[in-house]
Amino acid sequence: MSGMEKKSIDLATQEMLKKAQDENIETSWDRLESQQPQCGFGQLGVCCTVCAMGPCRIDPFGEGAQAGVCGASADTIAARNLARKIAVGASAHSDHGRDVAHTLSLIAGHPHAKGAGHSHDYGISDKEKFKNLAQEFGIDINKPEEQIAKELSQKLLGEFGKQEGQLEFCKRAPKKRQEIWKKLGITPRGIDREVVELLHTTTMGVDNDYKNIINNGMRCALSDGWGGSMIATDAQDIILGSPEPVRGKVNLGVLKENYVNIVVHGHEPVLSEMAVKAAQDPELIKLAKSKGAEGINLAGICCTANEVLMRHGIPVAGNFLQQELAIVTGAVEVMMVDVQCVMPALQEIAACFHTKLVTTSSKARFPGVAHIEFQTNDAYNVAKQIIKLGVENFSNRNKERVNIPKQEMDLVAGFTKEVVFQILGGKYRSTYRPLNEAIISGRLRGLAGVVGCNNPKQTHDYFHTTLVKELIKNDVLVLQTGCSAIACAKQGLLIPEAAKIYAGKGLQEICEAVGIPPVLHLGSCVDNSRILTAASHIIEEGGLGEDLSDIPAAGCAPEWMSEKAITIGFYFVASGVYTVFGSSPFATLGSKNLTDYLTQGLEDVVGGRFEFCDDPMKMAELMINHIDKKREALKLPPAMYKS
Amino acid sequence: MKQLYYDIKKCLGCKSCEIACSIAHSASGELLKSLREEFLSLPRKRVLFSNNKNYPVSCRHCKDAKCVDACMAAALVYDKEKGIVIHDDKRCIGCWMCVMVCPYGAIRPNKKAKIPVRCDKCQDKDEPSCIKACPTGAIIWQEELVNK
Repeated sequence: MSGMEKKSIDLATQEMLKKAQDENIETSWDRLESQQPQCGFGQLGVCCTVCAMGPCRIDPFGEGAQAGVCGASADTIAARNLARKIAVGASAHSDHGRDVAHTLSLIAGHPHAKGAGHSHDYGISDKEKFKNLAQEFGIDINKPEEQIAKELSQKLLGEFGKQEGQLEFCKRAPKKRQEIWKKLGITPRGIDREVVELLHTTTMGVDNDYKNIINNGMRCALSDGWGGSMIATDAQDIILGSPEPVRGKVNLGVLKENYVNIVVHGHEPVLSEMAVKAAQDPELIKLAKSKGAEGINLAGICCTANEVLMRHGIPVAGNFLQQELAIVTGAVEVMMVDVQCVMPALQEIAACFHTKLVTTSSKARFPGVAHIEFQTNDAYNVAKQIIKLGVENFSNRNKERVNIPKQEMDLVAGFTKEVVFQILGGKYRSTYRPLNEAIISGRLRGLAGVVGCNNPKQTHDYFHTTLVKELIKNDVLVLQTGCSAIACAKQGLLIPEAAKIYAGKGLQEICEAVGIPPVLHLGSCVDNSRILTAASHIIEEGGLGEDLSDIPAAGCAPEWMSEKAITIGFYFVASGVYTVFGSSPFATLGSKNLTDYLTQGLEDVVGGRFEFCDDPMKMAELMINHIDKKREALKLPPAMYKS
Repeated sequence: MKQLYYDIKKCLGCKSCEIACSIAHSASGELLKSLREEFLSLPRKRVLFSNNKNYPVSCRHCKDAKCVDACMAAALVYDKEKGIVIHDDKRCIGCWMCVMVCPYGAIRPNKKAKIPVRCDKCQDKDEPSCIKACPTGAIIWQEELVNK
């Protein structure tokens, strides 16, 4: 393997890395190298910076200090560090959900929106889901739409500040799962409360029982998966429309040489939705043409890309590790960013080219970078202003430095829990029955959720694609979100034709019968909540046990790096799912007790547990073994076809 | 003659030894103040990463030192009694020949001060400062092991 092949299996990425190297532009791979060696105490999770008696470290070899100044052991320190990450991950997803719920309140001209008044740029797009959700919250739907929106947004925003009882969406989980949570006392009560309470327990001198810390961590994670993220997904579907299967294109090749290229990057789709509209504004297109461009080309990076792809088929320029490389093409006029996963390095890379980086959220700014703040009540104009900046920047492009890789791949995205109903059961008798039957008969061996980020510590995209190929080869239907979905899409796994090439016989038969790819793209990382609700529907449909932990299914985040991935992992495990994490294990290895609890003990507590593994083929094996174990427990026949 | 040895298995790459070295050779001898000194005191020890292992690297004070041979200004002398290569800052002309010939890569140029810096085994102290800084005891200070 040459140097570039070790960095990424994606040819477009390799080409841009070469260009970056030739032009002396530093990327995350270079910075990872200059960070070596990375501190072992941090990697093991036994460095505590909680109070000013520290920083303290536990000697993992057992000879030096075995307790911090306060007396905290390696178990306590590692568990507290991990819990803090869970809280941060949950806060990111949930704060995103809050913003969307807030947008819904503005549609209704809600008093919650202090002085911001009405938002005329948004409306209720998915009226059916809107009414269903209102009913779920006990709202009488025989009222004017605006009144329902007002009450619903109040209820949704209320979930964040709730102090007692339980989050409404917990009721979506199977009864048995709800009972487990109740018995353990980890039913989330209010989204903000769980984050605050978990942080409280990790401060100096509060919770010292690593098991209790992790249990509280699970409750916080559940407030994300069955709370903040689920609100984000559902409210986005209501406001921006529920995704339906849509064709799109992916990889850096979607950037167009003769067009003004605008890249949206980040996570919240409320503004990027307006960017999609503004990019079609005749006035701006006319301006672009007057500057010598053929038009305006919008493309996405990371989860914002997934959101606009799912709803509009907007092309995806790349996943997390390609954000710098999109700029290195020299063909990006504006990269507009909001929150999460936006590398601080973008500022410096953008400065190497004509690219204008524009921040849009008051929560995420760079010193010295253009900031055009997103206002929900003036969304279209803000989006238009940013795109205009890009159009005007087109003439500053240095054509000699433009180098757009040719790679682009087709994909089909837009599979939601609602769509899966319809595709499998038909529009008039939408049901999960055929899916359950397929699993029961063994035509489908089981289900896998493969999600998560990229991490330069691993060969980019290699883990995602190798794992997913192996899973579908063994008749496991793969559900994907986030940067993992983008990775597999680039390798051509998200087109129906992929079933013929890569899938096992059973999965192939299903894909051909209903015309779906063997790998289903469910959306962004908050859309992992779609997997939870889909799994709950599977249990509801019957025949596959009484609890989420009974389903022959497994989860995996093969190239994870973000705190958000940890939280997602925890809400899956706390929902009973066996979950494998790749590359770096959680920073807990300095505590044997805690690591054993996560990888073994938890199974007896919540039915799910973690596994850490750094080989994609081995990951597939672990997941398939788990699926087979669950099939056996349900007394189902083994997989119909031998791979 | 005491020498610095390392138990590679125990090195976690936290670089506490680098920081301790830097402080020990600063004018103030204190972390927070040393960062504001005119000439930053560069650590004479670096923890390098190779083949999944961490290697603390500093001057080995070779008896047959390549850097001593290469020094045209005669700023470098091997002191048999102390068992160290001594660097005379005043004679040094900053040609970086020693940096180039060192087979361990253990000498680093302080470009601002225009002199190379290297481990001096903390001559003014009872023992090198890095030893106590190591939280896992990966740095060992003991009599030289001589192959007989």
